[in-house]
Amino acid sequence: MSKPDQVLTANRLRDGEVVYWKAGSWVEHLEEAEVFSDGTAATAALKAADKAIQDRIVVNPYLFEVRREAHALRPVKEREVIRAAGPTVRPDLGKQSSEAFDVSL
Amino acid sequence: MYRYDEFDARFVAERVEQFRYQVERRLSGELTEDEFKPLRLLNGLYLQLHAYMLRIAVPYGTLSPKQLRMLAHIARKYDKGYGHFTTRQNIQFNWIKLVDVPDTLADLATVEMHAIQTSGNCIRNVTADHFAGAARDEIEDPRILAEIVRQWSSLHPEFTYLPRKFKIAVSGSEHDRAAVKFHDVGIEIIRNDKGETGYRVYAGGGMGRTPYIGHVVGDFVEKRDILAFLEAVMRVYNQSGRRDNIYKARIKILVNALGAEEMRRQVMREFDEIKAAGTLAVPSAELDNIARYFAPPAFEALGDNAPEYDAARASSAAFRAWSDTNLTPHRAPGYAIATISLKPIGGVPGDATHEQLDALADLLDEFGMGELRVSHEQNLVLPHVRKKDLPAIFAKLEALGLATPNAGLVTDIIACPGLDYCDLANARSIPIAQRISERFQDLARQHDIGELKIKISGCINACGHHHAGHIGVLGVDKKGVEYYQLQLGGSGAEDASIGEILGPAFGEHEIVDAVERVVDVYLEQRSGSERFLDTVRRLGIEPFKERAYAGWAFHI
Amino acid sequence: MTGTKLIKAGRFVEDAFVTLGDDDPQPANGTIVSLARFEKERDALVSRNAPLGVRLKSDESPERLGDDVNRLSVIVLEFPKFRDGRAFSWARMLRTRLGFKGEIRATGHFLYDQLAFMARVGIDAFEVPEGFAIAEFDRAMGEITNVYQPSADGRPTIRQLRADG
Repeated sequence: MSKPDQVLTANRLRDGEVVYWKAGSWVEHLEEAEVFSDGTAATAALKAADKAIQDRIVVNPYLFEVRREAHALRPVKEREVIRAAGPTVRPDLGKQSSEAFDVSL
Repeated sequence: MYRYDEFDARFVAERVEQFRYQVERRLSGELTEDEFKPLRLLNGLYLQLHAYMLRIAVPYGTLSPKQLRMLAHIARKYDKGYGHFTTRQNIQFNWIKLVDVPDTLADLATVEMHAIQTSGNCIRNVTADHFAGAARDEIEDPRILAEIVRQWSSLHPEFTYLPRKFKIAVSGSEHDRAAVKFHDVGIEIIRNDKGETGYRVYAGGGMGRTPYIGHVVGDFVEKRDILAFLEAVMRVYNQSGRRDNIYKARIKILVNALGAEEMRRQVMREFDEIKAAGTLAVPSAELDNIARYFAPPAFEALGDNAPEYDAARASSAAFRAWSDTNLTPHRAPGYAIATISLKPIGGVPGDATHEQLDALADLLDEFGMGELRVSHEQNLVLPHVRKKDLPAIFAKLEALGLATPNAGLVTDIIACPGLDYCDLANARSIPIAQRISERFQDLARQHDIGELKIKISGCINACGHHHAGHIGVLGVDKKGVEYYQLQLGGSGAEDASIGEILGPAFGEHEIVDAVERVVDVYLEQRSGSERFLDTVRRLGIEPFKERAYAGWAFHI
Repeated sequence: MTGTKLIKAGRFVEDAFVTLGDDDPQPANGTIVSLARFEKERDALVSRNAPLGVRLKSDESPERLGDDVNRLSVIVLEFPKFRDGRAFSWARMLRTRLGFKGEIRATGHFLYDQLAFMARVGIDAFEVPEGFAIAEFDRAMGEITNVYQPSADGRPTIRQLRADG
């Protein structure tokens, strides 16, 4: 199996919302995120995210692994699957409850 | 219950403004996240998996109708319509925004509530027996001491930057419903030979990565001296607790490193000095003052006979089932203690909706009850209910989905939020609780099994108190997959014990079956009226282990 | 220390001491040395006719100074990082058990939010960053009007105020 791709994530400072990096800004749904197949590009984005910390937009940015499955992105770690969707025990809450959420996840 | 005077009110109001300024400085960049994090934790604000989580203090688990209504309001205005009651008698809101927290705190302050020191490396919420003031076996209401300790520990200048968190619990009876031996400091109210009440003080208990049962460091501390004694314990800990490794920083590690005797010696040295200085003496006038707030309500002179109650038991199977399990004898004739289960079959343990919180406030008002309690087992308690009111109250609870007749039974499960909510978790705990609950839901079967406390934690931090579970379940991560370790024989009561691990962890789809097999062994092997815990203690874990792993391919 | 200012009695003051590295020669006036140096050169340091101070790391108990505590004019307590709260107990110990009457000075990394606690346990001098404004110090001291528990500052507690009121 090939090395997994990566996505850059963080939490928005003001409201704690989980966000994903997309070309210099932050989106709320994993499906919209920029996917890095190149480790160097991923690290560069992580570095660039420092500015978002300085600007008080986000906290704790980090990279995590994803795989492309059918038409969706699936994080390798369970934690990120849940973080991208919402609590598994409350499908009515979190990102999974919004219309923008891709149900194929 | 305690009522703020102008000093308490001002204190909380100023703390709100202090926090507001801290948030401003964070948002302006004057404080980095690294600097802000401990400050926000000191106000109970975590950054969790999905959002910020705010943990609001419920001192010794006591809430008034006004406070319940405010919590309902907070849930609606700032969160997603519900709250979660914790294993330390507090309430958590999972979807708070940082920018809303100062206003949330300001709203809470109007009903004498706050989030002070519900997290961080400081002295946390002081918990106490949820049957305080009502239980028949009570020596003295533990909330009196708990309130005195709460005030003394609030923004204590010397002990706000401890090596790690510090949890204190108080029990007022021989039957420990506050799990004092599993706390950093546990206090038992006891009587000496002369019939005087005083305090037995334990130190060094704890759950987490390395569970310990506390050692007695004060055999009989007089009431007047208790704050001096606690200050002595805290000082020894603050000075000598480890700060090099967060997994070795609790007082339990220090007590076990020094040994109980050396710990006592160091504490006594400090205590003697502090006591001689006199500034921390608790005058009896102070004790009386505080005690007045916890005076029981004026109980009506009722006979223990309540025809309405008897009639309802005779005519309603549902009421009979509920009153069989969810009532505890009350010290006043004609009264009962009622447990409101927050563990509906298949539900999320410990959660309550804003509608339920409001309705409970109405219920308290309607029946002239001034308070309800939160237990560390994530249920609620009506401490003083007239038996004759029970049928009517039951009907209201039923309509609210709060009448599950399972207090203390196998489906009365304690579970931490786990990987569904928590940034620290390795595995989900709530779905396991739900599936166990569904598996065992048959009421006759639950009664047959009897008392069985299942506690589930989603990581080694043990917020689900799994070490103290008759059956404890610990969620672990093995190569990205959720597994569940099973342990048996723990107890958080006065017979405190740490559960023993059975063996290798079970997969997500195996654990419920494993639990069922273990329960089967109990049903087959129990003797007389033994509870599950008793049978485990009598037989040891071998027979349970054998059955739990029956059919596994490899030899255990 | 460069890049810092000293607050004492609620205002900026000049540092009357020079902090010496362990191998620095001693100047004529007041000096502060590490505990290690003090333990090594104690007699020589103590016999000098100049004010003397000792700087303690967060894991160094003031009890190690023994009877010399009250020969010292200043004791400096280090905060290696603000989360290390041992100095709060060291200050308290200095004021109560050891009866130290000299200056207790805080240095290192501590936050505005800790200043009031520090003052309560007996710290009376603060080495703050160059840009720190005195108005901030005043604000910190006044954020919480009343206190529940006694400390080295001898402030009346809420219980005492209740009894008086």
